[in-house]
Amino acid sequence: MQIDHVVCAFCGCVCDDLSVTVEENRVLEVKNACVLGRAWMMGHAVHREEPVAQIDGRPATLDEAIETAAQILTSARYPLIYGLSSTTCEAQRQAVALAEVLGACIDCCTSVCHGPTGLAVQGVGEPTCTLGEVKNRADLVIYWGSNPAESHPRHFARYAVMPRGHFRPGGRKDRTVVLVDVRRTPSARAADIFLQIRPGKDFECLWALRALVAGQPVDEAAVAETGITLAQLQELAERMKSCQFGILFAGLGLTQSRGKEMNLAAVFLLVRDLNAYTKFAAIPMRGHGNVTGIDNVMAWQTGYPFGVNFARGYPRYSPGEYTAVDVLSRGEADAALVVAADPAANLPRPAIEHLRRIPTIALDVQPSETTKIARVAITTAPAGIAVEGTIYRMDNVPLRLRKVLDSPFPSDEEVLRRIFQRVKEIKKC
Amino acid sequence: MILITGRSTKQGTGISTGKAHPDYQEATHTLEMNPADMARLGVQPNDPVRLRTSVGETTVRCREADLPEGMAFLAYGPAASALIGGETWASGMPDTKGFEVEVEKAA
Amino acid sequence: MLTIRNGEVYDPRNGINGEKRDIYVRDGKIVAEPVEGQVIDATGMVVMPGGIEFHAHVAGSKVNLGRKMRPEDHRELVFPRTEVTRSGVGHTVPSTFATGYALARLGYTTLMEAAGPPLGARHVHEELNDIPIVDKAFFLLMGNNYFVLKFIAERDFERLKHFVAWLLEASGAYAIKIVNPGGVDTWKWGRNVESLDQPAATFPVTPREIITHLARVQQELGLPHPIHVHCNNLGAPGNAQITLETMRAVGDLPIHITHVQFNGYGGTDWTDFRSGAEELAVYVNEHPNITIDIGQVVFGPVTTMTADGPWQYRLHKLCGHKWANGDVENETSGGIVPYKFVRKNSVNAIQWAIGLELALMVNDPWRVFLTTDHPNGGPFHAYPDIIKLLMDRNYRAEVMETVHKRVLTHSQLKDLDREYTLYEIAIITRAGPARSLGLEHKGHLGPGADADITIYPKLDDPREMFRRPRYVIKDGEVVVEDGRILQDRPGRTFYVAPGYDPQIVPAIREDFARVYTVSFENYPVQLEHYLPRRETVACAGR
Repeated sequence: MQIDHVVCAFCGCVCDDLSVTVEENRVLEVKNACVLGRAWMMGHAVHREEPVAQIDGRPATLDEAIETAAQILTSARYPLIYGLSSTTCEAQRQAVALAEVLGACIDCCTSVCHGPTGLAVQGVGEPTCTLGEVKNRADLVIYWGSNPAESHPRHFARYAVMPRGHFRPGGRKDRTVVLVDVRRTPSARAADIFLQIRPGKDFECLWALRALVAGQPVDEAAVAETGITLAQLQELAERMKSCQFGILFAGLGLTQSRGKEMNLAAVFLLVRDLNAYTKFAAIPMRGHGNVTGIDNVMAWQTGYPFGVNFARGYPRYSPGEYTAVDVLSRGEADAALVVAADPAANLPRPAIEHLRRIPTIALDVQPSETTKIARVAITTAPAGIAVEGTIYRMDNVPLRLRKVLDSPFPSDEEVLRRIFQRVKEIKKC
Repeated sequence: MILITGRSTKQGTGISTGKAHPDYQEATHTLEMNPADMARLGVQPNDPVRLRTSVGETTVRCREADLPEGMAFLAYGPAASALIGGETWASGMPDTKGFEVEVEKAA
Repeated sequence: MLTIRNGEVYDPRNGINGEKRDIYVRDGKIVAEPVEGQVIDATGMVVMPGGIEFHAHVAGSKVNLGRKMRPEDHRELVFPRTEVTRSGVGHTVPSTFATGYALARLGYTTLMEAAGPPLGARHVHEELNDIPIVDKAFFLLMGNNYFVLKFIAERDFERLKHFVAWLLEASGAYAIKIVNPGGVDTWKWGRNVESLDQPAATFPVTPREIITHLARVQQELGLPHPIHVHCNNLGAPGNAQITLETMRAVGDLPIHITHVQFNGYGGTDWTDFRSGAEELAVYVNEHPNITIDIGQVVFGPVTTMTADGPWQYRLHKLCGHKWANGDVENETSGGIVPYKFVRKNSVNAIQWAIGLELALMVNDPWRVFLTTDHPNGGPFHAYPDIIKLLMDRNYRAEVMETVHKRVLTHSQLKDLDREYTLYEIAIITRAGPARSLGLEHKGHLGPGADADITIYPKLDDPREMFRRPRYVIKDGEVVVEDGRILQDRPGRTFYVAPGYDPQIVPAIREDFARVYTVSFENYPVQLEHYLPRRETVACAGR
């Protein structure tokens, strides 16, 4: 049986045109997917020999795992709930409810992805648009600190570089593509202009561009420090001012480097300035599947997109204080619930070391570094393959994930709801 | 040297095919460097190199890539994590890209 | 079952003006015959139908970006979790749970989200589902929709009509919303339109054509609510003229013009800025096909957010505050700028006066509704104070003393003696909005109505009275007592399904694939998932 218009939940592109052939509850073929989407769809059909749950590395029933999880969380004084990128909004809502009833800290993968972008939005706002605006209108496309060829492989073809749009009937030939990065990545092949910037010099370059756009003098020697010449920057500034519709895609090269939120503030301010001359927008290249969903869910339920603490019974927000890396690296959390993320493979060493010290509960679709160190590990069904639900694309467009397989495992939402109910019973609240 | 950590295709597919899989392990334990830097360190492709920061150290294989001299790249994963500190400068985001790392030939 | 005994009842739809009555409730509905069960003694209290928040921005991507942008706003008000309620934060852009509880505490039981794009409809519904207690619906942005403009340009009225019908149902939406018709489409290239006859950018259709065609569509589909129009040139000095032209353009077709305060300006620039309320009120008084809501300004911080991208950019340039813009492919834009209305600022003071002038100069309270265009003119928390301004001319005079003195010369507020009665307040906050929305079972206390009831203590000071209802009843259950939420329950979502010719689908499919970035099959909202407690409101289409 072929199922069409399947929505891919792997990366922030959330492509919704996959065709999946399924026979006897197995995926035989995936059409239209990129290498990441294909690996995701094919890969999740094969982890079925896992026990539904493990406690201290030994197989356990789901009931036992939920009971142990609830006991760990209710006896903790400062529990942390973290992750929530590769799951549905329905599960994310349940996680927020659990954090609230526990008085826990809740943070999502946003804080180590585009958290700095969120901080910049708070400072200066965000001139943005959906990807269809890019497809229909953009004649100048700039990727800055982003390597979509490896992180978002269909971004060029579906949204920003190749597609023919209403005002861009020629597709690729109607656009100029610029890549700014510290490395000549595989994405450079898709660009007309590649500008190789030195590490940590993004802010200086963006700020110099603001000055050039405003027609102010810029010191040539100072610009040369960035690895890009004044002449190159001048040419870019002119292109930006004279295009009809420009788009700047901001990648993790900006959020994870020196400057962080200041880099993104510079992007948004540059784009804001350009709107005095033409139409220009910026879109953060959100990474993992539904990481855009979790900061939407957190924003509408708690007011804040990440880094929230419920210890006082209402949401408080403090990046650098209630964000996962900080809560763990400082050794503050005394228990952790990790959902649909693998912090033990990706967070900084001090955070991982603390995660090893405290009782951790991990919900994941397959074994991970985090499930390995978890006191309680629960195998859940993969969202978008065996679970329906809502997902947000990197530009905040919401789509509904389809279900193509049956899974023997429960959904994240179901497990979180059961933990929530048990916690309420234990706490009598 | 300056180390950049980031996404690579194989690290990305490895997330789905399984992290115990040799492909993921290889993808996340391979350092990319400029050939001149490799020559300076006296290492050949596939030789082990030790990376050290104030936070920790890790040993990975190395390979040539089109990178500027003085810059190295390592895919996100356990090896990269071992080198990154917990300081976020009140942003929630650790210094993940563009930090200093000592690289030497491992025995 | 519930009896509300001996209250002073204001039920304008049924002509009840402060008479002592008993109200009976059975199975969530008002009934005529006495019932057994719980009795609330409402002696010395005022009983009204539950309030209707007629036009507010509370759910969807624009609102949520407003939340993300403004952590400083959220620290103003916090709502800790209780045994019954979820927690929340937020003053002008509250979180969803806080929004529902705050409205319920004010005695409001029905809520209209004022603007959502079809592409973001799932998001709107996800948030509406997390706004507890109140019933709700949302208005669908269509005035700059690619297909709407295309079918008008092709002079294909039938396809236009069927497309609108299809889109309303595909979005689970309630009414046709038009925001700066043609202007938002033109903003996609960084420009705006400035007259009713200036064509839009994507197709050569004018704001006048967009408004009049959609007004006809609304009539032919028999949609329960008229076209809901945010006029062109919002926020600009002298814009009362285009508002007047918009009213004239539709002839005698029904139209609702929203937050008219923001579109009721005289003068030619900020130096000779003055009220244009009178001319508009006179026209409204003479034309029974028109309803308006005021969009009252409240002094203090606000978060301006509209689909009117060019206006939000202009406001950002005026005030310099942080600016967000979100253009949605083929459908709309959206802008956000935090702002503060200041008493001693002459323009702000005149804006404040205009909303009140409109409410006081439009003679028929059934055709003017109380709104703040939350959170644009002010947060909805300010309703009790606005009610006092309308009911008490001495209070008005007192406040006028504290604002910029131009209000005395550039508006007529000081000459308006009218004072609203409780009966009229019940009209502009309940009965009138319900009638305009075509919600037969809302806004009144006659048999068959939903048992959404607010009971206020009868106090001399209307602000104190409306600030804290004694009881709020939703579907026959007491949900608020003395400001305390007693039970948390989900509300229903209203939508329309006017029916359409299925041939509209092949007519848009090819173009859809060309201009959108989602599959056509993934575009319509799955009603069973996103409107789990839905109620279709009937259309009287021809």
